[in-house]
Amino acid sequence: MHGTIHELTAAYTRGETTPSRATDEYLARIAKLDDKVGAYLTVTAEPARAAARAADERYRAGRPLGPIDGAPIALKDVFCTKGVRTTCASKILENFVPPYDATVVDRLAKAGAIMLGKTNMDEFAMGSSTEHSALKVTRNPWDLARVPGGSSGGPAAAVAAGLAAGSLGTDTGGSIRQPAAFCGVVGLKPTYGRVSRFGLVAFASSLDHPGPFGLDVLDTSLLLGAIAGRDPLDATSIDAPVPDYAAGLEQGVRGLRLGVPDEYFTKGMDAEVEIAVRAAIDVLKGLGATLERVSLPATPHALATYYVIAPAEASSNLARYDGVKYGLRVPGHDLIDMESKTRAAGFGAEVRRRIMLGTYVLSAGYYDAYYGQAQKVRTLVRRDFDAAFGRVDLIVAPTTPNVPFKHGEKTDPVQMYLNDVFTIPADMAGVPGVSVPCGFTKTGLPIGLQIIGRALDEATVLRAARAYERATDWHTRRPALS
Amino acid sequence: MKYDVVIGLEVHAQLTTRTKMFCGCPTTFGAPPNTQTCPVCQGMPGTLPVINRRAIEYGVRTALAFECRVNAGCRFARKHYYYPDMPKNFQISQYEEPLAEHGALEIDLPDGHSRRIGIQRLHLEEDVGKLVHEGTLETAQSSLVDFNRAGVPLMETVSKPEICSPEEAAAYLRAFRAVLVYLGVCDGNMEEGSLRCDANVSLKPAGATELGTKVEIKNMNSFRNVQRALEFEVKRQAEALDRGERIVQETRLWDADRGYTRSMRSKEFAHDYRYFPEPDLVPLKLDATWIEQIRAALPELPRARRRRFVAAYGLPPYDAALLTQSRALAEYYEAAVREFPQPKLVSNWVMSELLRELPGDDERAIEQAKMTPSRLAGLLRLIDDGTISGKIAKAVFETMVRTGEDAAAIVRREGLTQMADAGALAAMVSSAIAANPRAVEDYRKGNTAAANAFVGQVMKASGGRANPAMVTKLVETELEKLTKR
Repeated sequence: MHGTIHELTAAYTRGETTPSRATDEYLARIAKLDDKVGAYLTVTAEPARAAARAADERYRAGRPLGPIDGAPIALKDVFCTKGVRTTCASKILENFVPPYDATVVDRLAKAGAIMLGKTNMDEFAMGSSTEHSALKVTRNPWDLARVPGGSSGGPAAAVAAGLAAGSLGTDTGGSIRQPAAFCGVVGLKPTYGRVSRFGLVAFASSLDHPGPFGLDVLDTSLLLGAIAGRDPLDATSIDAPVPDYAAGLEQGVRGLRLGVPDEYFTKGMDAEVEIAVRAAIDVLKGLGATLERVSLPATPHALATYYVIAPAEASSNLARYDGVKYGLRVPGHDLIDMESKTRAAGFGAEVRRRIMLGTYVLSAGYYDAYYGQAQKVRTLVRRDFDAAFGRVDLIVAPTTPNVPFKHGEKTDPVQMYLNDVFTIPADMAGVPGVSVPCGFTKTGLPIGLQIIGRALDEATVLRAARAYERATDWHTRRPALS
Repeated sequence: MKYDVVIGLEVHAQLTTRTKMFCGCPTTFGAPPNTQTCPVCQGMPGTLPVINRRAIEYGVRTALAFECRVNAGCRFARKHYYYPDMPKNFQISQYEEPLAEHGALEIDLPDGHSRRIGIQRLHLEEDVGKLVHEGTLETAQSSLVDFNRAGVPLMETVSKPEICSPEEAAAYLRAFRAVLVYLGVCDGNMEEGSLRCDANVSLKPAGATELGTKVEIKNMNSFRNVQRALEFEVKRQAEALDRGERIVQETRLWDADRGYTRSMRSKEFAHDYRYFPEPDLVPLKLDATWIEQIRAALPELPRARRRRFVAAYGLPPYDAALLTQSRALAEYYEAAVREFPQPKLVSNWVMSELLRELPGDDERAIEQAKMTPSRLAGLLRLIDDGTISGKIAKAVFETMVRTGEDAAAIVRREGLTQMADAGALAAMVSSAIAANPRAVEDYRKGNTAAANAFVGQVMKASGGRANPAMVTKLVETELEKLTKR
């Protein structure tokens, strides 16, 4: 019971198992193992069983809704779920129960997916280790002393540990790809606007990207296909046809031009990561792709720029949590006292730090120097990718400069921020990127290969990832948990 | 010392779109608290705004009527401040790239002159909710929030500081309101808050070029209050300057009950709104063809209509101004004139009778009046052909306003047809004269006014139905006969 969605749904079709049986098995596994992993904040066993029974009926009638019908999946607790608490792993929303479903939640349900529960994350998606969760510790299934990455640590760990067949996370500065790399699973950040943000509790609106995690590229493609597409409720969603991502996966990489960016192989990076990634690139070359050195010169500025734009938007998005309407309220002697006490008690240190940073950079007199300047640099980051994609079809690079670290190891915020140095540029440019397992350190920690493509060209990104996956067996390894 | 007054007005108008600015909730006024809300306008986590196309259309329509340049591209921005009536603690508004700029509004002043007041910018934003306090604000232990209004489209129009007196400010606001109501984009109701006005006022020594320190005045919720508040503020500033004091840049609230403005916050406590482009909305590109379609569909505006009323119907400017105060009233008038082509007579009846019953600036009241233009024309025809007297007509009018009946039907039912039978009238005149020998004596002594008393008595005796012209004539003849004897 730790297989892919496509294997599972094939077994449903053959009548070897049923969605109900699979759901019960996942729920049993969660009951047995999640004390160790800590992926879930909320398990929705009964609604899951009800949804599974409906899926049973569809398979019995020979009319499944599609390729993920009956797939037991987990959601990062940043997606609003009607009637199921949505906490963002924060104190301030610890008991918030949304009256509506996020578009992606609705689309997954319509595709027949079965929601097992809501998973842990860094509070309001701010972090790279899930250590900033105000509610729970999540452990890396490959080494429980280590972090699963973040901010989507819960959904990544759930898939890696076999506590869900697939999951959804969000990527604002690397929050899908980095935990995918740390947990040894596939994680895709789609093009900005490819997947609706409606119902995704906003961290940084112009950078938030919902996307899937899977045990392999096919599962990831199937999940993307279910959630992608124009949503009238999200004005920034793109009105472009959604291809059948699974259909083109096996076309290989022969003839594809791959760019290897100088700026993504830096001095301070982990040697084992560099070796594994370079080896992976050679595998792709061996499969018929051509390699080319490219330069993305704005990369060194992307991180600093990100830490202006993301906190600025966050300070605005999080202003609504004031104790007046929903969520935590700490009584005070007047309105301002109540709001101040609520926000002081409801937000963790990292969230408060970013709110202060964002408030500062938007202040009158500082706006041009910080936010205005950051937007200009963001344009340069975009142009880097535009220029590179004029010469190559894909960019291949490490997902992270390092491997999973121990809980409590990184106490300096800036050291933590450096985790995302290779993932932030694609968020800034809005282009799609995937992380696929490409090896393990000597101590058995996963390493991720990042493949970045042109806007709306997830198909090519996934096709290259699949070609690599087919040529290797990293994705078939499972952590030993018992 | 003599001062020049410099006033700029900021007008917020609620647009009469069916749904809110960024979600599909209805905008109807007066529904039970929080029944016209959804996760979006309540600012729930995860929600996103989607622009109401109709609101943009209304904004463009207004901008074109004010001769503004409609920007080909515009965008929304977030304006931040904490207040519990604002669900997200930021308002989606427009800042650096407004919908339209550089327009003007021509206003007519009571002295017959007209002036062109520049319009700096016009932009769209969302309204906030309402706080309801248990008891008074000072003593309330808690407050409740009603988000029904939150998210209703608001159009903010900022004039240039070119208004020179409180009187001009009131004239500007009246003209402004008339245009909006004509365009059908706002109901113009100041009491319900559909139209709200803030003013910036400063004084400078007469003839000086440099502007003085400005003070913002808020909370003026009627035309009269705008003028009163500004008159008070101009006087307050003039007196302060005369005493050699400096004007403090601040926001002051108008207290209509007490008749003064009081300080609300000074510049040091001014908000830093931390504007930045709304990342949840893409910049808006307006299609030039669409703008031209809106321009082509613009209705005749109040000022043009007023001029046409003078030129085409020969009405005095006063009548034309009153009749064009709303589009509905102007249309009412024109419809009545079409059926009864005596423009001045129709104008008199509309101004003195209809407007006594209905508020002329209330579009809906006029449109739904039981006394339709066609019914009014019918009534006037009965006067014109001598069926009823003007006096009877007024009584009939009152019945018509209540019941919506046809004038002829009322006249027939109540037997109000004018008495024009010369024989019968002569008999009534004779008996009136016979009954008042003293008045006859007065008349003989040269008091010709005594004749009016006889006319009055006959009219009274006939229940107002006697033809007044015939009675007057008969009284005169009869009295002449008597005096010659």
